[in-house]
Order: sequence, then C-alpha cells, then structure tokens
Amino acid sequence: MKKAWMTIISQTNIARNIYEMTLEGELVDLMSSPGQFVHIRVTEGFETLLRRPISISSIDKENRQCKITYRAEGKGTILLAMKQPGDKLDVLGPLGNGFTVEELHRGDHALIVGGGIGVPPLLELTKQLNRRGVRTTHVLGFQSKEDVFYKNEFAYFGDTYVATVDGTYGTEGFVTNVLEEIQPPFTTLFACGPTPMLGALENLYPDKNVYLSLEERMGCGIGACFACVCHLQNDPQGYSYKKVCTDGPVFRAGEVVL
Amino acid sequence: MSCLSIKLPGLDLKNPIMPASGCFGFGREFAKLYDLNVLGAIMIKATTAEPRFGNPTPRVAETNAGMLNAIGLQNPGLEKVMSEELPFLADYNVPIIANVAGSLIEDYVKVAKEISAAPNVHALELNISCPNVKTGGIAFGTDPAVAFEVTKAVKEVSKVPVYVKLSPNVANISEIALAIERAGADGLTMINTLLGMRIDLKTGRPILANGTGGLSGPAIKPVAIRMIHEVSQKVSIPIIGMGGVQSAEDVLEYLFAGASAVAVGTANFVDPFVCPTIIEELPYKMHELGFEHISECIGRSWKQHAKIAYSRA
Repeated sequence: MKKAWMTIISQTNIARNIYEMTLEGELVDLMSSPGQFVHIRVTEGFETLLRRPISISSIDKENRQCKITYRAEGKGTILLAMKQPGDKLDVLGPLGNGFTVEELHRGDHALIVGGGIGVPPLLELTKQLNRRGVRTTHVLGFQSKEDVFYKNEFAYFGDTYVATVDGTYGTEGFVTNVLEEIQPPFTTLFACGPTPMLGALENLYPDKNVYLSLEERMGCGIGACFACVCHLQNDPQGYSYKKVCTDGPVFRAGEVVL
Repeated sequence: MSCLSIKLPGLDLKNPIMPASGCFGFGREFAKLYDLNVLGAIMIKATTAEPRFGNPTPRVAETNAGMLNAIGLQNPGLEKVMSEELPFLADYNVPIIANVAGSLIEDYVKVAKEISAAPNVHALELNISCPNVKTGGIAFGTDPAVAFEVTKAVKEVSKVPVYVKLSPNVANISEIALAIERAGADGLTMINTLLGMRIDLKTGRPILANGTGGLSGPAIKPVAIRMIHEVSQKVSIPIIGMGGVQSAEDVLEYLFAGASAVAVGTANFVDPFVCPTIIEELPYKMHELGFEHISECIGRSWKQHAKIAYSRA
C-alpha cells in the first residue's frame, strides 16, 4: 500500500449516476487481487475531510492503468464525478484483501453475483478467473433499466443474467429470483452488493463455498479508526471483531455477522 | 540537542509531535507505513479493564471540515494491551502515553496501576472526557469535584506522571483544569471531542447508531486554541494540545496558544503519513518565524515578549 498521485485519463457516465474513471500511476504496480479498493481524497480542502473508498473494477498493469467505478451520490462522489481528464488525485491503495482466485482451477465453475454498486469489483474478478480457465456465470441485480451497467462486459466472459427490482430489464425482482429460476451448478460463489443481498445468498447456500465482499462506512481505510468493524458469528461474548477495511472487504460466508 | 526536543513530566520528547489517542490504534497499522521512531511519543488507544466492542455502526459521519465518531472505546482490554500491544511497541524508542478509561473510579485505578508499570509507558492520559460511553468518560470530566477525585485516586497508584484529558463540553474549563491540578496531575491534554450530531434527511434519524458523537478535525481547532490560551495562563502544569492539527503551522499555533507539545488526531485518518510530514516541516516553519528552539514558541500569544522574534529573522 502506498499514497501516490494518479492521473485521470478518462471519466465516463455509464449508467444513471454511475461513473467509470480510468487512472494512471505507479500505484497500479501494487494492484493484483480483484476486490481491493482505493481510498481517494476528492478535494485538498476541507469540504470533504475523509477519503472515499472506491472499488477497482479493472487492472491493466502493462499500461499502469486501472479503472474505478462508483456511484455519484454523496458530496464526495459528486465532487469526484466533476473531475476532468488530466486532473490528479491523491490516492491511497490498494487496500483490503480481495477475492482469492488461486483456489479455483481449470474446469471449476464460479457463480458471480453482484448488486448495484457492488458489481464493479466482480468485473476484474471474472477476468482473472477466466484467465485461469474457470467457467463463470454472472447474475447482476439493479433497481431499474437505467441503472444497469457492465452487462456486455460480463457477457463477454460467460452467461450473464440481470434482475431489476421494477422489472424494466431482465428478470423482475432480485438476484435470488434469477438464481431460483436458473439453479446454476457451481464450485464457488463470489458476491458483492448490499448487505441484505449477501445475507440472502448466505442463507440460500449454507453448505457451499461462498465469499462475500462487504460495504461499510469507512474512516481511515487502514484499520486505525475502528469505524468499519463487524461482529463475528459464533462469538458468544461478542468482543471479537473484524475490520472490513483491512480484514475484508471479502469474507467467507459465515465468518462475520451481516 | 535538537531544536525540537522538549522535556515534560515523564516524557523526554525528541520532538513535540505525537499521534492522539484513538487515532492511531496501538501503532501496528502505521508501523507498516513508516518508522515509528520518528515520533515524539505515541498516545495509544484508550484501554479499559475489560475488553470492549464499542458501539454499533455507523460509528463515523463526516461533517464540514471534520468528522463525528462514536466508536465507544473499543479495545481488547487491559490484559491483552499489556501482553500483546505494549510489547509490540517496546521495539521502538518512543515513549508511550497510555490512555486510561473506565466506568467507575475503581476501573481507572485498576488500569492505571497495572498499565503504568509497563516499562515503555512513560505517562498516563486519564480519559475523563470520552463523550461516547454511557457511564464514566465525560461524566468524570464535567464536574470539578469528580474530576479532582478520580485524578487524585489515579495519582496515588500510578508509577508514572499523570496527564488528564479535558472535555470541551463544559461551561468553565479553567475551573475543571484547576481542580485537576490541585489533585496532583502532572499535565493536561486538551481538547477531547465536542459533542455533536448529524441527521440523515432520508431516514429522518441521526446518522450515528449512537445518536451523538464526538466532533473532531479542523472544525474544532479554534475552540481548542481558545481553551488552551485560557487554561495555560491559569495552571502551572504543561499542556499537550490537540484538535484539528493538520500541518506544522497548526502545531505552531497550538504552541503559541500555550501548549508544550501537540497531538495529531483525525488527520492520521486522512493522510496516514501526516505525523512524519509535520515533524519534517516543523523546523523550517519555526525558523521562518525566527525561533531557534521550539520551547521559545510556547505561550508566545500571551507571554511578555522578552525579545521580538521577527527582529532576529
């Protein structure tokens, strides 16, 4: 992990309030595991004091570039969306423990499930799994048709299903509706998205190999502030904890209380 | 002798900069980023007799030029701090200031007695000002008589000098400071966070699960400066100042106000390298203003000027 300046190469609005930004800099040399994130200072002043944790959606080591994908919703991410190509960003990263792709091999089948702004880190994941010869099936959930993004990017790597809550695109309902319908066979499930979705997946596949990437409000991103702690399952005393930023954001299902 | 060195009760500081309690854990995360030996001292996370998980999340909320936190004194408890955290820090040549917290006076006494015996703990910081716990904490720091009592009890058992951390959430901070000085405290640290709240417009409820939280960051610096300016003229024990310090200029402002050393808190969350950066820049900023040694800056805003710094610049 390092703190360095990265240059914005491009910024594109790819769905309603969803932006994809390409960054270039030496920090990319340190990126490898899908599911890690960067912690960005969006302004040098105090308008927003804390950094913003943003998922890495694609790593291109050869060109020292990476893509980050975020939803412009709060003050910080709206400021980020106003940045222009050529602007420099103060970036801390890569942070967190991502998905382990090493335990899957040629012939294995990975089920990848994403919800909303949890979808981006799964794109680099499927890229790396497919590079290893792993077969991937993707199920993506969004609110509505205008919120759908990366459908084609995922479809390039394997079967891709989309659910929207209002039914304006793909299956009506949640990712779990799709999963009940298609009942895909899989060796390992990887998921990132809102906590209720992660909880539903944990309950749906209690005996499977499941990895969940959590979202949580963060302060420092390096494990010092104790803002993003969660309880452990099977901890009667309740003193044990994991920090989403440094112990996660990816956890094995059943490890932490969702 | 370095132009930044300062001697305070129990503390032989190579420079006046230290990370503030609760903003640096027990140093492990930062030890991966830089050599902790550059720091003047380290104020470790508050330690209670028993382990504490702290408050439910969300525990932080950003504010204009600051942040609210309601962590709730999460820590592994006295036993683990003694057996795991302090030995880890003993590998560094940095004096440790152990922040001591509790719900009852007996808790403070128990933790103070044991933790002050650790070889690398050179001073205690008595946390009678945490706004995020239901019992203890701030309740001890807002009443001069109670503050006197807990300070005196801890002084009786502590093997190292005792600094007491003041709450800004009081009507008359000097009254509390003087009571603590009378009780035998060796120094003061100030200020802890200001009690605050933010409300989510979507849910209509406070953002923090705890409801209220402690405000820190640049937003509170003027409050801290005013309080240190006032208290440093009333007491004769030294003050370690804190509240929104981000830069070497901020450090000098604190020293001018009357602090003898300065702790950096929230800024560690924004830039984990902020302490070494400030330590590097401080001599230049100080020389620019015409001072040769950091001690010349202390209380400059109110002391009778024996010589005018600018004429020497």
